[in-house]
Amino acid sequence: MLYREAGQFKSSYAEDQQIFPILQDRIGMIVLLAVAFIVVPTIGNQYWLSAILTPFLVVSLAAIGLNILTGYAGQLSLGTAAFMAVGAFMAYNAELRIPGMPILGSFIIGGLCAAAVGIVFGLPSLRIKGFYLAVATLACQFFVLWAINRVGWFSNHSSSGVITAQKVEILGYTFATPVSKYLLTLSIVTVMALLAKNLMRSETGRAFMAIRDMDVAASVIGIPMMKTKLLAFAISSFYCGVAGALYAFCYLGTVEPEAFTLDLSFRILFMIIVGGVGSIMGSFIGAAFITLLPIFLNLASDLIASALSIEIPHAIVSNVEAIVFGGLIILFLILEPHGLARLWQIAKEKLRLWPFPH
Amino acid sequence: MRETEMTEGRLQAAERAHRIGGVILAVESVSLSFGGVKALSEVSFDVREHEVRAIIGPNGAGKSSMLNVINGVYHPQKGTIRLQGREFNDMDSHEAAKMGIARTFQNIALFKGMTVLDNVMTGRNLKMRASFLEQALWYGRARREELEHRRAVEEVIDFLEIQHIRKTPVARLPYGLQKRVELARALAAEPKLLLLDEPMAGMNLEEKQDMCRFILDVNDHYGTTIVLIEHDMGVVMDISDRVVVLDYGRKIGDGTPEEVRGNQAVIDAYLGVAR
Amino acid sequence: MNVSFFFEVLAGGLLAGVMYSLVALGFVLIYKASGVFNYAQGSLVFLAALCFVSMLEGGVNFWLAILITLAVMVVLGVVIERVVLRPLVNQPQITLFMATIGLSFVLEGISQIIWGSQPHGLELGIQDVPMEWLSEKTNINISQFDLFAALVAGVLVAALAVFFHKTRVGRALRAVADDHQAALSVGIPLQHIWTIVWAVAGFVALVAGLMWGARNGVQYALTFVALKALPVLILGGFESIPGAIVGGLIIGASEKMAEVYLGPAVGGGIESWFPYVLALAFLLVRPQGLFGEKIIDRV
Repeated sequence: MLYREAGQFKSSYAEDQQIFPILQDRIGMIVLLAVAFIVVPTIGNQYWLSAILTPFLVVSLAAIGLNILTGYAGQLSLGTAAFMAVGAFMAYNAELRIPGMPILGSFIIGGLCAAAVGIVFGLPSLRIKGFYLAVATLACQFFVLWAINRVGWFSNHSSSGVITAQKVEILGYTFATPVSKYLLTLSIVTVMALLAKNLMRSETGRAFMAIRDMDVAASVIGIPMMKTKLLAFAISSFYCGVAGALYAFCYLGTVEPEAFTLDLSFRILFMIIVGGVGSIMGSFIGAAFITLLPIFLNLASDLIASALSIEIPHAIVSNVEAIVFGGLIILFLILEPHGLARLWQIAKEKLRLWPFPH
Repeated sequence: MRETEMTEGRLQAAERAHRIGGVILAVESVSLSFGGVKALSEVSFDVREHEVRAIIGPNGAGKSSMLNVINGVYHPQKGTIRLQGREFNDMDSHEAAKMGIARTFQNIALFKGMTVLDNVMTGRNLKMRASFLEQALWYGRARREELEHRRAVEEVIDFLEIQHIRKTPVARLPYGLQKRVELARALAAEPKLLLLDEPMAGMNLEEKQDMCRFILDVNDHYGTTIVLIEHDMGVVMDISDRVVVLDYGRKIGDGTPEEVRGNQAVIDAYLGVAR
Repeated sequence: MNVSFFFEVLAGGLLAGVMYSLVALGFVLIYKASGVFNYAQGSLVFLAALCFVSMLEGGVNFWLAILITLAVMVVLGVVIERVVLRPLVNQPQITLFMATIGLSFVLEGISQIIWGSQPHGLELGIQDVPMEWLSEKTNINISQFDLFAALVAGVLVAALAVFFHKTRVGRALRAVADDHQAALSVGIPLQHIWTIVWAVAGFVALVAGLMWGARNGVQYALTFVALKALPVLILGGFESIPGAIVGGLIIGASEKMAEVYLGPAVGGGIESWFPYVLALAFLLVRPQGLFGEKIIDRV
């Protein structure tokens, strides 16, 4: 009843190509944005804003980046965290060493540096595929982390490699409170998500998917393999770099290289598997799922502990978390390789008919 | 094919004959080997503009290899390929596409993760000029191009009668329709030369008739020069202007369908008893 | 340039490489037989070592503990094949690889819940001290333990080579690795084969776990040896048992040499990435590794 498409005719190709062609979807999106931009900052408490929502947005952005490379272009990458680290540390250095650099400019520089690193470590993709390429990205992950740790310049020669992100100030306004940081992150992420969506529904997105599905055929119809693959690495790394910069400036504050380990790369990979590869929306869904799951597990274990009057040590909870993560990945790969985004689509298709059976 | 359709086909062939122009593709003494295996030995033939040229022969004769050489996928060890007078032996498939050659494959090479519309749109990729930044902003030139090319693609979709499945993921389509989508993608590129590798393989009679009709329509409507590999002799005799016959990598026949049909070497190697 | 020091470093590197090969062998086995790149091999090594050492500490006899752990690995292999591999039978390699990543998380979580997360020491009776007669004669220090590990690896490789090439089961395994469908169509029982393979891989994991556990202690960091095995596999080719050994030797030696001779110039600690970059460079020149089979893309 609610989700009827009947009566919504598209009389031009422009209408057919909208991101949300169905009116109900558009309304839903507007409501969601209204809630995110207006309701949440008003009623949200500090803890949720600073410890859950802001990092959720940051990893969503990184997930979008990884999705562009792995989901759309089919190049498996295990080096996501390394690109984020480049973004974080280079944004810090740009802010530190270039006088008068606006903070958004530093973020962009962080992203561009990450893109450059992405291109370098993406060069092997021209010769190697599949999990061989994953190994190349692992090389990137380990090398970048080592470089940031050992080369003093990156951390301004601090003895432990730890940096403290500078304050975020745009046009004289300092973003210091959780609410302001949340809104800044939300704005940046929303804009970049929109840009990504536009890109993926244009020729670039199609070229990426062609490379993913059958790169020999793509080359035969004229799609340039090298340019396209490197572009995928560049754009994806740019997104991860900006995410890293946001991670440092709007969430962590004090940043150590160990915040960007292989474990984080895996987490983001899990996000796109669960959320949906090849889907911008899926990146958000997966990020939400993976971010909220530990919280949920903690709550559940607290409830069980108090109900049964026993102590559940923290180690057990974190191991259960690992088991659940791993188990979910296997489950999703078996049942719905296209993740929650696909399940959502199926649900909407069913909703179109509801309450009728067919 | 039945008698009436064959007569109609021949009439159309006569009409088409006067439209055929000069040589657009010249294959000169091409030899191709893989390791020790000689796929092609000194094959020479030409293709004229606007004609339908068939390549026939038993399995393993080197037909697909010939197509791959024309297309730039394989590079011949000896011999030359000339497209519109321009020599290109070392061009790769990407450059061949730029020069206006499009093709379909024996085992369908569609992009299984995309819809029909997206697949056909990829055929337009060489004509798209907007940079990725413009595309990200969905502004100005990028937006206009997307709409323009959508319009062009919809024409091809109408032409091949696949409107009803344009939003379907290609992986879900039956084999016959997938072949048609692949043809659409090749056509979307507005090619000068269209290479079809067994476009009717695995189809039933009805599907074959449809595909024949489409191929002829493409040749009539767009004037595209077509080179096709085909096993169904009825189809070959009916729709092609000239035929090349390959056997064990060598050319054993070259001429109009009637000439080739009567050629003893061809009969011995491939056709069997002349009807 | 001290020659005997050079030999010491080289020998140490080669022997360290043998340790990597032990882990790589498990990967090769599974890849050879099922085409699956088993990221969870490191977790299997960890689990095997942890299971064994916990039983030892609980007072169980050494050889009995080995038997029990072996049984556990076999059962685990059966379960993994049934629950993870069978449902994913026709999926692309990448999907299976990602499933094994998930599997590694599950195995690590389970291991630590059952056996706890404190490090354990493991004594095999052979000390990690230089061989006296060698040091006295030539001033080169080579660890007894490393040599023992090399010996174990050598025996294991020989046994596996015989198994694969001389027995009927081995032949069936090679058939399955080549083409599942074809193997099925000549009557090879796929499920049994995979169970056997994972069991053998489990055994190899146990041996690797014992060796690594004895040298570095049985602790969570053990799972990371799998990450060291990846460059070995790239160099040696994913389907080759001799490749795993040769690859291991090359990686081990070059890693040690780079650390000793290049490291100080760039601040040290380069062994975290050097094998990977080396493997990467190698991939660019020869994508299939030294002994692997060439990958051909047909359209």
